[in-house]
Amino acid sequence: MPTLELNGKAYVVDEDGFLEDPTVWNEDVAKDFAGIEGITDLTEEHWKMINYLRNYYLQFGIAPMIRKLCKETGFPLNKVYELFPSGPAKGACKLAGLPKPTGCV
Amino acid sequence: MADQKRDTKLLDELEKGPWPSFVKEIKNASKTSPVCDDLLGQLELSYEEKKGHWKHGGIVGVMGYGGGVIGRYSDVPEQFPQVAHFHTMRVNQPSGWFYTSGSLRTLCDIWERHGSGLTNMHGSTGDIVFLGTKTDELEPCFKELGEAGFDLGGSGSCMRTPSACAGMARCEWACYDTLKMCNDVTHQYQDELHRPPFPYKFKFKFSGCPNDCVASIARSDMSVIGTWKDEIQQDDAEVAAYAAAGMDIQNDVCANCPSKCMKWDGKKLSIDNHECVRCMHCINVMPKALRPGKERGATILIGAKAPIVQGALLASVLVPFVPADELMDTLKELVSRVWEFWDEYGKNRERIGELIQRVGMSNFLDAIGLDPIPQMVTAPRDNPYIFFKGEE
Ligand code: SF4
Ligand code: SF4
Repeated sequence: MPTLELNGKAYVVDEDGFLEDPTVWNEDVAKDFAGIEGITDLTEEHWKMINYLRNYYLQFGIAPMIRKLCKETGFPLNKVYELFPSGPAKGACKLAGLPKPTGCV
Repeated sequence: MADQKRDTKLLDELEKGPWPSFVKEIKNASKTSPVCDDLLGQLELSYEEKKGHWKHGGIVGVMGYGGGVIGRYSDVPEQFPQVAHFHTMRVNQPSGWFYTSGSLRTLCDIWERHGSGLTNMHGSTGDIVFLGTKTDELEPCFKELGEAGFDLGGSGSCMRTPSACAGMARCEWACYDTLKMCNDVTHQYQDELHRPPFPYKFKFKFSGCPNDCVASIARSDMSVIGTWKDEIQQDDAEVAAYAAAGMDIQNDVCANCPSKCMKWDGKKLSIDNHECVRCMHCINVMPKALRPGKERGATILIGAKAPIVQGALLASVLVPFVPADELMDTLKELVSRVWEFWDEYGKNRERIGELIQRVGMSNFLDAIGLDPIPQMVTAPRDNPYIFFKGEE
């Protein structure tokens, strides 16, 4: 498994850079990972999304569907991409420490 | 191949015979592309072990887009380091697949700089498929594509890259401008193309006439097929010329008409246009004598898909006839209602056709505000769906 060195910390991640072990997540993970997903500053809106995803995952064990995510955070999809330029699956889920979402190709 | 290092006994079998061979092509490309040897090596191993060696479901992409790149990783990277990453990029093809040789060269040059150089022209959705690159090359490749006027296509739960037959640019049968429709729809729904918002994929295909050269009736969630409302245009002199040239009009034309609405008395061909189901057979056989009518437009169908999660479905008619000049507006209105319904009720990875099957066509029509009519069938002259409600 590859290791990712960020801000002096070493994270064990899969080849796409998602945390191997979702339980090691804490807020520092999101802060450390932000840069590689094209985010300079984590704002309150970012945290709203990250916390939503985190809680959803802890409750249901998977990532929510897109329409649910937009509805429940109140962010339209374009806003989600403004906040997380690499998108909800690759960007937001990674910062929230979710395992890699499985989708179709 | 002179510098071929590997033993590819099983793959070599695929070079035999008169037909094109991807093994031959990849071996050829190995002269300029360093990844090809490892690619063939891994494939040979897969054939030996009867087991695929690509891991499923990588998530890679470019900034701002949620699709267009499909992540692929080898599960035996130590053995085949050149294909440890082997991501696919989908590139939006031009409407009707019209290229200049210059644009093809540009595409190939970009891909040789940033990827394996191997392409698949085209994928089943219609995109130009760039096969095999590393994560670090994605952004630079995307940048160069953009500068050359190309964009990525769709992947994941999005509107997939729309495609169209050659239409009016080459084909006299086109009943509406498929190339323009395809282009307009692509531009209209850029967000839905690049930022997957749906329960699953959604494909549009545009065919100019019922010959349906892009197989839209079988392979798109929303299929638009050109047709005409009035009578087949007939040139009696040309009919006579076909007969004089030896065509067996009775057997080859009339007898094969699916609705048996044609008569040939040895001199005169008559068509009962009221009974014609617009199958194109007679027109295809006698292209000089017969052509589609003058009142042209399209039929909009819904719900086809290839067999992936569940079995294959053919499309069913949603709107029997829309005049060509109203097509874009009608489509937009329809699409917004269909997507709203699918968004609300579709389950994860449920295509629109499957949702319609699950809730029933009459509930679906109710939800999108269309009245059921007898033409809403999967094949002409088929039994229509039966729409009775409790109070009726
Ligand atoms: S679908 Fe019809 S109009 Fe389009 S290329 Fe084929 S024959 Fe021509
Ligand atoms: S288009 Fe087909 S159904 Fe119509 S007259 Fe010709 S063969 Fe018959």
